[in-house]
Amino acid sequence: MRLIVEDDLHRSRLTVLLRLILAIPHFLWWNVWSILAFFLAIVIWVVTLIRGAPPVGLYTLQASYIRYTTHFFAYLFLAANPWPMFTGRPGYPIDLEFDPPQRQRRLTVAFRLILAVPALLLAVCFTGGGVFTYGGGIILTVAFFAWFACLVRGRMPSGFRDLQAYSVRYAAQLFAYLLVLTERYPDVDPASTPAVGVEHPVWLALEADLRRSRLTVFFRLLFSLPHLVWLVLWTVVALPLSFVTWITALAIGRPPRVLHRFLAAWIRYSTHLYAYITLAANPFPGFTGAGGSYPVDPVFPAPERQHRLLTGFRIFLAFPALAVNGAVGLLIIVSAFLGWFAALALGRMPASLWAAQAYALRYSAQVSAYVFLLTGRYPYSGAIRIPSRS
Amino acid sequence: MLPKVDPARGLEPKVVDKAEDFETFLRWSFVASQLVALIVLALYAWRGTRFTRESAAGRIGTGMLLGMIGLALVWISQLPFQLLELWWQRRHELWNAGYLDWFLESWIGLGAEFLFVCFWLLITMALAAVLRKTWWLVAAPVFVGLALLFAFVYPYLVESRAAPPEVRGDAVVFARRQHTDPVKVAVEDWSDFTSVPNAYATGLGPSRRIFLWDTLLDGRFDDREIRVVLAHELGHHSRHHIWKSVAWYALILLPLLGGVAWLTSRRGGLYMPRAVPLALLALVAGGLLLQPLDNAVSRRFEAEADWMALETTRDPAAARALFRHFTREALEDPTPPGWAYQALATHPSIEERIAMATAWERRNGAAR
Repeated sequence: MRLIVEDDLHRSRLTVLLRLILAIPHFLWWNVWSILAFFLAIVIWVVTLIRGAPPVGLYTLQASYIRYTTHFFAYLFLAANPWPMFTGRPGYPIDLEFDPPQRQRRLTVAFRLILAVPALLLAVCFTGGGVFTYGGGIILTVAFFAWFACLVRGRMPSGFRDLQAYSVRYAAQLFAYLLVLTERYPDVDPASTPAVGVEHPVWLALEADLRRSRLTVFFRLLFSLPHLVWLVLWTVVALPLSFVTWITALAIGRPPRVLHRFLAAWIRYSTHLYAYITLAANPFPGFTGAGGSYPVDPVFPAPERQHRLLTGFRIFLAFPALAVNGAVGLLIIVSAFLGWFAALALGRMPASLWAAQAYALRYSAQVSAYVFLLTGRYPYSGAIRIPSRS
Repeated sequence: MLPKVDPARGLEPKVVDKAEDFETFLRWSFVASQLVALIVLALYAWRGTRFTRESAAGRIGTGMLLGMIGLALVWISQLPFQLLELWWQRRHELWNAGYLDWFLESWIGLGAEFLFVCFWLLITMALAAVLRKTWWLVAAPVFVGLALLFAFVYPYLVESRAAPPEVRGDAVVFARRQHTDPVKVAVEDWSDFTSVPNAYATGLGPSRRIFLWDTLLDGRFDDREIRVVLAHELGHHSRHHIWKSVAWYALILLPLLGGVAWLTSRRGGLYMPRAVPLALLALVAGGLLLQPLDNAVSRRFEAEADWMALETTRDPAAARALFRHFTREALEDPTPPGWAYQALATHPSIEERIAMATAWERRNGAAR
């Protein structure tokens, strides 16, 4: 199953303004179809348990349901512009392609619901899960801010659209897995989602070393304690200095070189530390935030001229990115939680979890760099896979 | 010379037997756990340097990681013994908290140990970078200074509440009798976790405090016994035992650190992270070797505080009742074997403490 993105980012302001109301018929129809899909899933589950493969007719029907769900979600959460059809027929700008039904191992079919628990936990990061998640998950947080952006600009920001596509794709894969259409586990790796992937001056240099020491994984939180103490001390100094940087940048049009270097080291260090705590990297990080010293290493541009008006209102401008970063942050935490068990059992971090964390850490570094004036470029929230340094 | 006394007088034989059984089990568990810890640390000193590949930090950061890994391995090796001891204490109704509470406490304690060892290594490895072989000569005074600072600050870190007014009143009277400034008395709540009675003196100068556990004030001990405890703890302050303890710490620390420096010199000294596992082994082994000396000093201070309590309360009968109460309530073995006494006992035995009360009584005539 693949996601196809043919959206041109154009949005009709009127339909964006009325999106929730316009989506009501689809919402009703989707609920009715969901009930039907639930009962069909039980039938498919029994048949697949017996025959080892889902029946073609029911498979096609359920695939249409998932495709329709994707269209509906894409429309509702502003990942696409046109009002979708009610049938789930292919051709929507955010669409799914299904392979023909394939054989499935009966054991994975029998225990499908139990096996799906980690994927369901990850899905909570994207689609929200009540009061336990940050603002209703990534998809709702992005949709909230995208609504204003689309109304003002008549276009969906590419980063937001790509992130919505990532969320919708993961939800579709989870549906396909739960409804027994495939035994392929939902893949949280951002590489599986088409994205614009714009160049950004802040990026993440990665070494794709997935080996993890079980001993240091088990004690990871406690081993991080001296770093957390150091980070607090560093932050106490960095926050007043960032204010000085802001004042100076307002006066001279760019952040002073010394302060830029200091804040870059601080953000780099915190990224190293978060990568260590969340198991995105294996080695114990250094305390200086030196560039090139860690397998997950943010790279920042040299001090550059920045528009004074944008500098003056930086914290307000950064608010949507900060909110989205908060939602994306949950993805790092849930990935770390699941990765902890996996790394203890396997001695290595699952590649897809690691890739999702790398994406989230990259975005977090971009947001921090923007807030603290290391760059004037707005963070790109698209979930692209970051090429490995090695 | 203390008079011969029968510490079990007034106690049922089965209580004494129970106390002996209880402490025997804990003693052997302690011996076994220390042996295992030494073996684990010896293996770690031998093979632990391989963990340097788990670090992208510099020299000191890698040293910190190796220090924490060493403590983590010891913690894992001690878990079965700690679990066994917990089970034993719960069986004897001395510990009320559950296994999960205990595990969380142990986990948090390990975190504190990690922070401590990192701080320790930060100082020693930074000094070793400058002074190479003679770092320990400077490190010892630095650690003594930190010990003084900790002794001063500690009372402010303890969560406590004010002691009952009558206890505070007694503390003022006793301070006058011991020719020292009044000391604040506070109560720590421990009864949710344990039924063992306890009290201690801590702090320096303005931070001097006496902390009584609420298990001492729950009605099992009468007012006269509590006054003996209060006078005993005050005796630690009036005889400047905290200061003297730090001085002894300094005396013990200097050769201990010198030994660590000498041992680790064959691995490039504590300047090098790969020397850290060996340093941990040296510190723990050296600490165990010096423990009898440390205990002897502690017993001397406790005996002096007992004497001060007798001089202050002039109530040897209450002191004797209190010490026998410790056997009944805390299952303290009144006559521990000689080796255990030398190696483990930080206080005089119950037998010695009762004998001292009797000796004071004979010297000073009838009580009160």
